[in-house]
Amino acid sequence: MSTYPLPQQEPQGAQESVALQAPAHEAHHAALGVDSKKIGMWLFIASDCMFFGALIGTYLIYAGKSTVGPYPQDLFDIPLTTVSTFILLMSSLAMAMAVHGAQHGDMKKLKRWLGLTILMGLTFLGFQVYEYSHFIAAGLTLSRNLFGTTFYVLTGTHGVHVALGVLWLTLLFITALRGDTKRVNPVNVEIAGLYWHFVDIVWIVVFAVVYLMADVAA
Amino acid sequence: MATITSTTARTLLRPTAQKGLLSWLTTVDHKRIGIMYFWTALFFLFIGGVEALIIRLQLARPNQTLVHPETFNQLFTMHGTTMIFLAVMPLIAAFINYLLPLMIGARDVAFPRLNAFSYWIFLLGGIFLNIPWFFGQAPNAAWTGYVPLTLNQYSPGLNADYWLAGLQLVGLGTLISGFNFIVTIFNMRAPGMTLLRMPVFAWTTLIMSFLVIMAFPSITIALFFIMFDRMFGTHFFNIAAGADITLWQHLFWVFGHPEVYILILPAMGIISEVVPTFSRKPLFGYSVMVFSTVAIGFLGFSVWSHHMFTIGMGAVANTAFALTTMTIAIPTGIKMFNWIGTLWGGSIRFKTPMLYALGFLSMFVIGGLSGVMHSAAPANMQQHDTYFVIAHFHYVLIGGALFGLLAGMHYWFPKVTGRLMNERLGVASFIFSLIGFNMTFFPHHFLGLMGMPRRIYTYDAAMGWNTLNMLSTVGAFVLAFGFTLVLVNLLVSIKKGKEAGPDPWDARTLEWITETPPPVYNFAVTPLVSSRDEFWARKYQGAPALAAEEPGPIILPAPSYFPLLMSIALTVAAFGLVYSNLLLTIGLAATLLCIIGWAFEGVGEVTIYPKGFEQQ
Amino acid sequence: MRRSRLSRCVQRGTLLVFVLLLALAGAQVYAQSTPQQSALQPAGPVARMQLDLFMLTVYIAIGIFTLVVGLLLIAIVRFRSRPGRPEPKQVTGNNTLEVVWTIVPVILVAIIAVPTVRGLFFVDTPPEGESITVNVTAHQWWWEFEYPDYGIVTANEMRIPTGKVVKLNLTSSDVIHSFWVPNLAGKMDTNPGRWNSMWLQADTPGVYYGQCAEFCGVAHANMRFRVIAETPEEFDAWVARWEEALVEPVVHAETPDLVARGAEAFMDRACFACHAIAGTDAKGVVGPNLTLFGTRTSLAAGMLDNTPENLAAWIRDPQAIKPGNQMPRLNVPEEDIQAIVAYLHSLR
Ligand code: HEA
Ligand code: HEA
Ligand code: HEC
Ligand code: CUA
Ligand SMILES: [Cu+2]
Repeated sequence: MSTYPLPQQEPQGAQESVALQAPAHEAHHAALGVDSKKIGMWLFIASDCMFFGALIGTYLIYAGKSTVGPYPQDLFDIPLTTVSTFILLMSSLAMAMAVHGAQHGDMKKLKRWLGLTILMGLTFLGFQVYEYSHFIAAGLTLSRNLFGTTFYVLTGTHGVHVALGVLWLTLLFITALRGDTKRVNPVNVEIAGLYWHFVDIVWIVVFAVVYLMADVAA
Repeated sequence: MATITSTTARTLLRPTAQKGLLSWLTTVDHKRIGIMYFWTALFFLFIGGVEALIIRLQLARPNQTLVHPETFNQLFTMHGTTMIFLAVMPLIAAFINYLLPLMIGARDVAFPRLNAFSYWIFLLGGIFLNIPWFFGQAPNAAWTGYVPLTLNQYSPGLNADYWLAGLQLVGLGTLISGFNFIVTIFNMRAPGMTLLRMPVFAWTTLIMSFLVIMAFPSITIALFFIMFDRMFGTHFFNIAAGADITLWQHLFWVFGHPEVYILILPAMGIISEVVPTFSRKPLFGYSVMVFSTVAIGFLGFSVWSHHMFTIGMGAVANTAFALTTMTIAIPTGIKMFNWIGTLWGGSIRFKTPMLYALGFLSMFVIGGLSGVMHSAAPANMQQHDTYFVIAHFHYVLIGGALFGLLAGMHYWFPKVTGRLMNERLGVASFIFSLIGFNMTFFPHHFLGLMGMPRRIYTYDAAMGWNTLNMLSTVGAFVLAFGFTLVLVNLLVSIKKGKEAGPDPWDARTLEWITETPPPVYNFAVTPLVSSRDEFWARKYQGAPALAAEEPGPIILPAPSYFPLLMSIALTVAAFGLVYSNLLLTIGLAATLLCIIGWAFEGVGEVTIYPKGFEQQ
Repeated sequence: MRRSRLSRCVQRGTLLVFVLLLALAGAQVYAQSTPQQSALQPAGPVARMQLDLFMLTVYIAIGIFTLVVGLLLIAIVRFRSRPGRPEPKQVTGNNTLEVVWTIVPVILVAIIAVPTVRGLFFVDTPPEGESITVNVTAHQWWWEFEYPDYGIVTANEMRIPTGKVVKLNLTSSDVIHSFWVPNLAGKMDTNPGRWNSMWLQADTPGVYYGQCAEFCGVAHANMRFRVIAETPEEFDAWVARWEEALVEPVVHAETPDLVARGAEAFMDRACFACHAIAGTDAKGVVGPNLTLFGTRTSLAAGMLDNTPENLAAWIRDPQAIKPGNQMPRLNVPEEDIQAIVAYLHSLR
């Protein structure tokens, strides 16, 4: 079947000597030495930056253009949102601990911190739900004015990211509880972690642009 | 034949069919997916082509009433949408799917199931976009979908809803392909295949994929904005609420301009494979070629507003975009001259693939040059939205992208089928296409300057456009005949073509090293690459044919139902976007289930025992 | 075998050149037959500058095209594979060449860039001097022209004095349209909710045809208009006529009875709901202002000449003439139609 002779010796004249590696059972070459899924996650993050870039850009372009209230200054409760922001930030720390656990095969640590991360994510979402219902009661709906439109779509998209993250971590958590160490391997946890950190960082930007700058502008 | 054993019996849903319809529906083999992309794209090319021919018939003479104005608007909207999203991009995907792993010495792409998903969602999205033809409400607001024309007030029908939801489906597939191809290139290269040893086609794929993942988010968001405005009464484009309608145009062209380089770069990659082979010389200035591809990719993100010189941005902004646009001529010119440098001093054989490549070189220049004329912004104010633009982009899209893809099709046909395409039919198809193409679109330059706007369904006899329009319509049929010959050639040669043998063109790159047609596992043993034109080096420069692994059983990813299931679920959701929130919820819930099932199913493994390594 | 392939190749080249020449020649003939609207026959400074810039790019393009295709042809002929040709040297590149063919395009681009930038500021800044201002509002699918200095509001025909700068402010009442009179100036979009501006100037009296250039829906193809450039004296007379008409509409009534009946029918048949005629009770704003309609040369956004027959046909069934437009078919009785035609044409 193989029409080409196998090397009798180390390749000659080849610029780099690549030894016989990549055993037949290796499905991925990982030419970069990084897991494919992890590279995929980095690329997704790059792409997602453009998503949020478009959303944040739109928010900025329309900032202050609403023709009717309520306006940001009427609604924002910066201290409250600072608390939820802080919680989300801390969840990144918890996630980092979980990853650390996974990397050292410490399932108990992994489970503990993963659980905490999930809880914190849920708390953040809870804050968001509270905030939304409060805003809606104050008259800011999706179709009220440009502020409502851009605010809900931007923060809502972020919220969906958090929710999907929570779902993902929960699936990991359950798998970990079932003791499936094949699936809950360091790489898979790291990738989930990458996503989670990214979602946090986006929130920092959103928080700065939407909440803090509104305060400055007012 | 090799024996194939599935080692993943554990999962309930795992399909095992190796032949028949089910095997195609569940396949994750990049070559099969490539073939499905190919035929589907040709089908849509045909649809888009027929739409174009009706457009040309309607415009053949002044004051014609062949189609209703409303239908005409649907025709050119769907023609543009179909050609760009459902014909040329999938055709590109077909080439990349089939060839990329072979060219870099891989057994498949990095994420085979995602790859299948990309195809299915494209197919269903393409069908979805065309469904409203059946009740006369095909999208009708041009492929650029400018607001406010696409808002409820001016498009109360389903036209825009189908367009918005359909493009989301197709876009999702493309986006995922983008990730997949990049990771494949980064991670799946055979040992020794360094980035700077990759065939240029792999490089253009890489850059094109980066353009995809950075550009598509912008249109995705923009489409959602219109959707929300239509469905939930948001105000993204509501002028009364203080919105600015040019926001759509910015978001669209931030995507739209990189999109045109998405269409041309892979064709340039193909030309960079075909020209060296038929000149019997390596590509001239390989690293410069790579660098200029990267440069085009970067610059491509800084020029989008050259589609908007007349929206009233003011002289300063227009100046900035005019200048950035012009600079793109420089890396593109570098490419042109390097191809000529490749020909120079070679020993050129004029087989069909080479003819199409030469067609590309001469026709793309015309389109590129009229692009530069566009970029001279004050002059653009006369050209914009006229047939001059139509001329420009058909020269780059047909004379460029499509001719490039046709060159590739004739070139790799023997690799895929083991047979040669008929030379005489090939030459004939080339001649008719070339003449028909020029006859159709060269007059458009003059029509545009003579004041003919685009997207008009009729014109007055006194305008002075009669003869040139008639000429163009006749040309369109000559062109269609040329393409028909290509199709005939394809169909005939698949069954009756001459046996090609493993290396019909005396080629240079890795994909020709393996058998023809390639076995499921591509390479019995992964080759060890030691030079840029590895195959050529092995044939003529005494490079040893090294392998990177011991021969033995090969493990391939296992087929799966989930790609197809998930695309169906998403299509249901898309119908939901058009018709009902309930359907939307069902679709999204089903999608979520599919994602979970997908994750728990895992990649799966199929072990293949090539001859001589039968299962013990 | 080889021979015939070469000759085929030469044939192909000849054919291509032939086709291109044919297209060129055909276009030439048609350019000379004076298309109704054309960017190739500028009649004012803006269009002239735009054509000059365009021609510069054309000359450069022809140069580059000749170079590239010339080199291609030479390569094809000189380096075609022939029996006995030695195997080509496996050359991989040449740095000097790379530099040369980077620098040359850079220079050419710079040559285009300078007049481009100058031109952009030229179109953006109307010259000093005598000028008139017109506010253009685009509607689906007709044009409204308002002269704020004179109180004139008219439609589909813009009168301007020759030799004077005409400053345009443009907007739209619905979707995006684009104002384009090829012989006078490049286009400018009319964006709803926003005012754009441009300027143009006509050197000689004449009728300049224009057309909406941005796709705007069903009747986009039929959204035309005319710019009528007159000597300043004629233009002033037109303005003076308007000043009268703003007070007292009908003057030229050869058949007073019919015209009187038409004026009544215009009110009875609800025309007034959409159309305004200065000095009467008709104050509608949905459709074109019909004051001094008898002085207009065209009808239905430049589609038809303003003859009694065409006008009658329009009132009878506007949808048959211009599918999709916003004026409904009103089933006006035939005798009313004739009366309305007489009335509208008496408004001169
Ligand atoms: C494959 C697709 C493709 C490609 C490759 C290009 C390439 C280019 N395009 Fe084109 N373009 C389109 C597809 C494409 N375009 C489409 C689809 C539209 C219309 C969309 C719509 O409105 O529907 C469009 C519209 C469009 C416009 C807007 C026109 C308008 O609506 O008013 C402009 C304006 O600047 C433009 C410019 C350019 C330029 C400068 C290039 C350059 O990249 C070209 C560079 C190449 C060369 C210049 C030739 C080779 C170079 C040399 C031999 C070197 C020497 C040359 C010089 C020094 C000049 N294009
Ligand atoms: C890659 C993209 C692509 C391709 C290949 C084409 C191909 C063609 N296009 Fe183009 N076109 C666009 C992209 C493309 N187009 C876009 C983006 C627009 C703008 C839309 C908008 O304004 O929104 C446009 C608009 C456009 C217009 C302007 C419409 C208007 O503004 O009113 C016209 C008019 O002549 C036209 C003509 C044609 C013709 C005659 C072909 C021919 O080349 C088609 C020939 C192909 C075939 C006929 C099919 C293939 C043939 C077979 C598979 C064999 C069998 C078939 C038969 C025998 C019928 N196109
Ligand atoms: C519902 C509104 C409406 C009514 C009622 C209406 N029109 Fe119109 N009319 C329009 C619109 C809108 C146009 C512009 C059509 C176009 O060109 O797209 C128009 C155009 C015209 C024109 C051509 C104007 C031009 O500048 O070219 C004439 C003349 C005209 N209408 C006469 C009438 C008469 C007479 C009646 C009554 C019998 C009438 N209209 C009733 C809306 C109306
Ligand atoms: Cu108005 Cu096109
Ligand atoms: Cu562009």
